[in-house]
Amino acid sequence: MRKPIKILISLRDWVDARFPLMKIWNEHLAQYYCPKNFNFWYFFGSLALLVLIIQVLTGIWLTMNYKPSAEEAFASVEYIMRDVNWGWLIRYMHSTGASAFFIVIYLHMFRALLYGSYKKPRELLWLSGMGIYLLLMGEAFFGYLLPWGQMSYWGAQVIISLFGALPIIGDDLSLWIRGDFVVSDVTLNRFFSLHVIAFPLLILALVGFHILALHEVGSNNPDGIEIKKNKNSEGVPLDGIPFHPYYTVKDIVGAIVFLIFFFAVVFFAPEMRIPGTQGLFLESANFIQANPLQTPEHIAPVWYFTPFYAILRAVPSQLGGVIAMGLAVNLFLLLPWLDRSPVKSFRYRGRNYRIALALFVVSFLSLAWLGLQIVTPLYTWLARFFSVVYFLFFFLMPFYTASDRDKAVPDRVTD
Amino acid sequence: MKVYKLLNNIMLMLFFMFSVEAFATSSSKLRHMKVDLSDQQSLQRGAKIFINYCLSCHSAEYMRYNRMGQDLSISGDVLKENLMFGAEKVGDVMSISMRQEDSINYFGVIPPDLSVIARSHGADWLYTYFQTFYKDDSRPFGVNNLVYKDTAMPHVLWELQGEQHLVSKESVAAVYYDPSYSDFLELVSPGRLTEKEYDRTVRDLVNYLVYMGEPIKLKRTKIGVWVMLYLFILLLIAYMLKKDYWKDIH
Repeated sequence: MRKPIKILISLRDWVDARFPLMKIWNEHLAQYYCPKNFNFWYFFGSLALLVLIIQVLTGIWLTMNYKPSAEEAFASVEYIMRDVNWGWLIRYMHSTGASAFFIVIYLHMFRALLYGSYKKPRELLWLSGMGIYLLLMGEAFFGYLLPWGQMSYWGAQVIISLFGALPIIGDDLSLWIRGDFVVSDVTLNRFFSLHVIAFPLLILALVGFHILALHEVGSNNPDGIEIKKNKNSEGVPLDGIPFHPYYTVKDIVGAIVFLIFFFAVVFFAPEMRIPGTQGLFLESANFIQANPLQTPEHIAPVWYFTPFYAILRAVPSQLGGVIAMGLAVNLFLLLPWLDRSPVKSFRYRGRNYRIALALFVVSFLSLAWLGLQIVTPLYTWLARFFSVVYFLFFFLMPFYTASDRDKAVPDRVTD
Repeated sequence: MKVYKLLNNIMLMLFFMFSVEAFATSSSKLRHMKVDLSDQQSLQRGAKIFINYCLSCHSAEYMRYNRMGQDLSISGDVLKENLMFGAEKVGDVMSISMRQEDSINYFGVIPPDLSVIARSHGADWLYTYFQTFYKDDSRPFGVNNLVYKDTAMPHVLWELQGEQHLVSKESVAAVYYDPSYSDFLELVSPGRLTEKEYDRTVRDLVNYLVYMGEPIKLKRTKIGVWVMLYLFILLLIAYMLKKDYWKDIH
């Protein structure tokens, strides 16, 4: 063996005698057995981690030049875009990363709906994932105020005022969140603090929990079969392959494909201005500095909140709307207990669940689109219709999954 | 060939994404203009118009003179002699000396900073705006505008364009945002420029405003091509690596 390699190995052994280096490596990578039949939908977990890293790194560099004050915030963002070397790239990566995060997370969650990944014994895995999703919504909401544009300002104003609709505590609660009677410098400062310290720390902690929970129970797969049920004499699952090197090399391919799309947006369409919108990732109104005296004609949240925004607007009473919206986000938490089917993967489920899931996807996407539009009576009725479908997916789940004519599940993974 | 299919799919999806983006800026309600940030002469002419006509009431607080000089190939001396009239240094931003109280006295509003005006309003809006001033004696400066009703801005390019009248006696509201609005406007007394020359002048100005909204834009797309190329090559290598590792998995 060559000398430098010998030195590296003895260094590793020195550390290993004092820290469980090889143990962690083996448990989580080299001897962590994954089902060999992961498909397209199984890329989004590692991609979520990649986006998280992009957001943390670009965030650190943005913070070096961003000024969290109502006087200077807008100008400091333009300073980053113009005067900071490669600042424009860092900023576009961060703004594109925010949307990419939600795309990846929504697809990751959809995967769980397809293959029943939330079902026993993965309830805690699902709950921690939902926790990350909820924190991410907060993180995105806080972050969106920071450029201090018109949409930042009025979006925050509208969303915080929603808390005011709650009975008794409402007004005090929204005052407590804002720290002022209107969104102001005080609000910006605390949102900055929450955005760069509190929420990232919580997200990182929960991501750690999520990965530990996953590695404890093992990954689900497109067949929804527990690979641990079939082991060889050495205790290795017959349908399992070590995460490293097989899935590390595979996930690298996934990561590069993702980066092609990601950087295509960053370099060629950072605003994502598709027809009928004012820019999905960077809204044109946000290039006007926040003005508390001038309400924009059309206030819409960023696309990743629009399904829930459409539900909010669909309910005639404000309090009802807020409750419906909160419910729409949080009902996902109950999935492991609403789903009564013994079968995980939709491949072996009966017709009921397949139809319900298809309807749910259609209504989620329709609500997302409706949430971007200016309200008309027709759109309001459409939003009401799709909101009902959305909720029925959850409320009727115990019934249609229990009575579903599921198929026989094979013992071993199929592909 | 699986890898060929994969690449093909990615290319198709990318193409779809950007064909959407390309159409996005055209709005049927506004007159469309093609922005060309690679046309340096147009940008230089636009910069001159901007500095001569706009940069006394409007500021561009995020734009530095020397950055503009660098990007538009204007040398330091030319910049100082022809485009900088005050005591600014070349590294300064384009601020103005008009006090805000005075602005309010003159116009009733503070003229907005124009650094990112093209990003908030879009090129087509600006292009249409500069084309659709018309005489309206009820307004303080004697002009009104078809895309921005009751604008507080006087028609500063009046001497270039001349005076337009609203032909239709119909409700003015009906013609706002109408694609055929030019039918409603008639050039009554020509300015120093012909209609064609004025059109080019406005295009130059808007071109410049788009540049100023995001000075890196042209370079950004050029770098992007190389990044894409790099990632596609990397993808090929990574895919071959993956295939090699996975050949014993059945």
